[in-house]
Amino acid sequence: MANKIPRVPVREQDPKVRAANFDEVCYGYNMEEASLEATRCLGCKKPRCVEACPVSVRIPDFIRCIVEGDIAAAAKTIAQDSLLPSVCGRVCPQETQCEGACILGVKGEPVAIGKLERFVGDWGREHRLTLAEPAPRNGHKVAVIGSGPAGLACAADLAKLGYEVTVFEVLHRPGGVLQYGIPEFRLPKKEVVEPEVENVRRLGVKIETDVVVGRTLTIDQLMDEEGFEAVFIGSGAGLPRFMGIPGENLNGVVSANEFLTRTNLMHAYDQQYDTPIYTGDRVVVVGGGNVAMDAVRTARRLGAESSIVYRRSEAELPARREEVHHAKEEGIDFRMLTNPVEVLGDERGWVTGVRCVRMELGEPDASGRRSPVEIPGSEFDMPCDVVIMALGTSPNPLIAATTPGLEVNRRGCLEASPDGATTREGVFAGGDAVTGAATVILAMGAGRKAAAAIDNYIQSKA
Amino acid sequence: MFQILKKTQLAPAIYLMEVEAPRVAHAAQPGQFLIVIVDEKGERIPLTICDYDAGKGTVTIVIQAIGASTMRIAALEEGDRFADFVGPLGHPSEFIHYSPEKLASTKFLFVAGGLGAAPVYPQVKWLAEHGVRSDVIIGAKNESLVLLEDEFRALTPNVHIATDDGSKGYKGLVTNLLKELVAVQGRRFDLVVAIGPMIMMKFVALTTKELDIPTIVSLNTLMVDGTGMCGACRVTVGGKTRFACVEGPEFDAHQVDFDEAMRRQGMYRTIEERKRAIEAERAAGHKCNIGL
Repeated sequence: MANKIPRVPVREQDPKVRAANFDEVCYGYNMEEASLEATRCLGCKKPRCVEACPVSVRIPDFIRCIVEGDIAAAAKTIAQDSLLPSVCGRVCPQETQCEGACILGVKGEPVAIGKLERFVGDWGREHRLTLAEPAPRNGHKVAVIGSGPAGLACAADLAKLGYEVTVFEVLHRPGGVLQYGIPEFRLPKKEVVEPEVENVRRLGVKIETDVVVGRTLTIDQLMDEEGFEAVFIGSGAGLPRFMGIPGENLNGVVSANEFLTRTNLMHAYDQQYDTPIYTGDRVVVVGGGNVAMDAVRTARRLGAESSIVYRRSEAELPARREEVHHAKEEGIDFRMLTNPVEVLGDERGWVTGVRCVRMELGEPDASGRRSPVEIPGSEFDMPCDVVIMALGTSPNPLIAATTPGLEVNRRGCLEASPDGATTREGVFAGGDAVTGAATVILAMGAGRKAAAAIDNYIQSKA
Repeated sequence: MFQILKKTQLAPAIYLMEVEAPRVAHAAQPGQFLIVIVDEKGERIPLTICDYDAGKGTVTIVIQAIGASTMRIAALEEGDRFADFVGPLGHPSEFIHYSPEKLASTKFLFVAGGLGAAPVYPQVKWLAEHGVRSDVIIGAKNESLVLLEDEFRALTPNVHIATDDGSKGYKGLVTNLLKELVAVQGRRFDLVVAIGPMIMMKFVALTTKELDIPTIVSLNTLMVDGTGMCGACRVTVGGKTRFACVEGPEFDAHQVDFDEAMRRQGMYRTIEERKRAIEAERAAGHKCNIGL
């Protein structure tokens, strides 16, 4: 019998305090809070939440385990479908996925599935729970390119089926966007990302860092010389876009990828690390997605007055609601319906500001989205020292360019069937490399699908 | 892996290191570079590849201790390991795709300024191995900073030295020696490859533009990842923004916006680092602060 109480609130760090540190904003539920929130779940026979989860986590099952007080069982239930519960519980856009589908959300607040998943993930890690055991080896080798969410999910599923899996990672730490993109205050690296990557390693998956596929090695070499029977490409969409406006190469204009890589992967905010970062006193971030929110909140923490400039209105902001809310609490200035037309600089070539134009929303286009239109003569200047471009990313062309037979579409994304098969036999792909920049959980879903397809492919040849 | 097997001092504050890195050694081609991280707290530093031996699985780098990070790298000894050693990165030099006829008929002149001798070496070596004897100008502030002279002489008889103070070879800038080779000695060059400090590459480009010789430079921009995901290394070439790490590092010298590239190089130089760099340069007897 479900409990008709309101959604249990989650404890968070005070906005004034957290705007000056990199500690995690959200503290998550404790046992008592989680147990109480879990009692809200109706345990639907045909759970809409599971359907809406891209990796189909057995949500009512793990929540029932929490109600029964068996958190270890809850952790094992989730682990059947995801080895990154602490990550996903923190960064998934639940409002458009599991929680968005929760029947309780129709009249009130949906079950806090993300916070419950996070609680279970954190509990399992703190109690050193073994979530999955390595399977007996089946004698087949698969290479996975990229150790982001897609690659890790694919590698984990294949390892569970007995494959000998090697993941090749271009950077010096595994995790992809979890490592270089999402900041510490949303997703702690040492406490959350590294242990969850370790869980994948424990299945027998080998992760080789510092390997640039397309340069250090090619896919042909992996298949012809190193004996891999299939390859999964989960190389993401890491190529930053710029606007192409005047002044974009001035000193002080950086991509969000550069800014976040310096702070997250290279710890530039910590004086003990060698990598420098420059913020000045005022930062303008261009864009409205999660990456823009991450960049602007990072700049705030580095002491800069920080603004978001976005060409549509607040209703269209693609970022998670929770992140927009957190950013506002931390004192971020939001300038909606505003678009940069030029970056202004001094005679030494450093940024002094950004010239913007005001926008209004026009009629809905074919996709139903109202596209922004410039208001003539509405130019104005925003003084700043740093401009961060968070306009989205596209797949890096390096792998496609060095792999004969691998086709890409107009947007540079790999051509792949719904189960991940590319135009090259034995080569599968998924995640942002195929879809363009999307979410962690969609990438994991694609990784899982491709793992099943790779298994089929190799078994049908055997 | 990434163990330093051999370390030799080439000049004051300049060291050559042979590093165990089989995958990089196996894939390396002339014109490419790599990224090293000294330890867990280190930054990602782009370095040029000076030599590689696929058989031994080793890659040779040359490093000048100039800033905090390069000093930490230079302090490593034989037996120490780099935390990370990533590469090869960037495109190989275009001439490796030339037909044998084109290779044989092309007169190459390499201009190596200071540490630029390191990335020039594998190019001259590759050509020598393909039967091409190129010309090489090694430019340095003084005799003690002339790098890899014997190594170059082992590959080609046409090695020219230019020092700022005349302590060895031609007295003066590499650009003047280049002009002399062409205008006074009547030498013909079909392609100039210039690698060294940005300011030197800029002036070589201006000189060869005048002389109408196609010229390639290798841009040593700021970099973070070195794989095309951040754009820290972006440069304007022919009016277009290009990422030096994946689309370069070699570009048509006559298309590069050198002033912008030099300005961008200084982006993360704090006032303190700037001072240290100037002092180090002065201590080495060099008065010119351009590009610092």
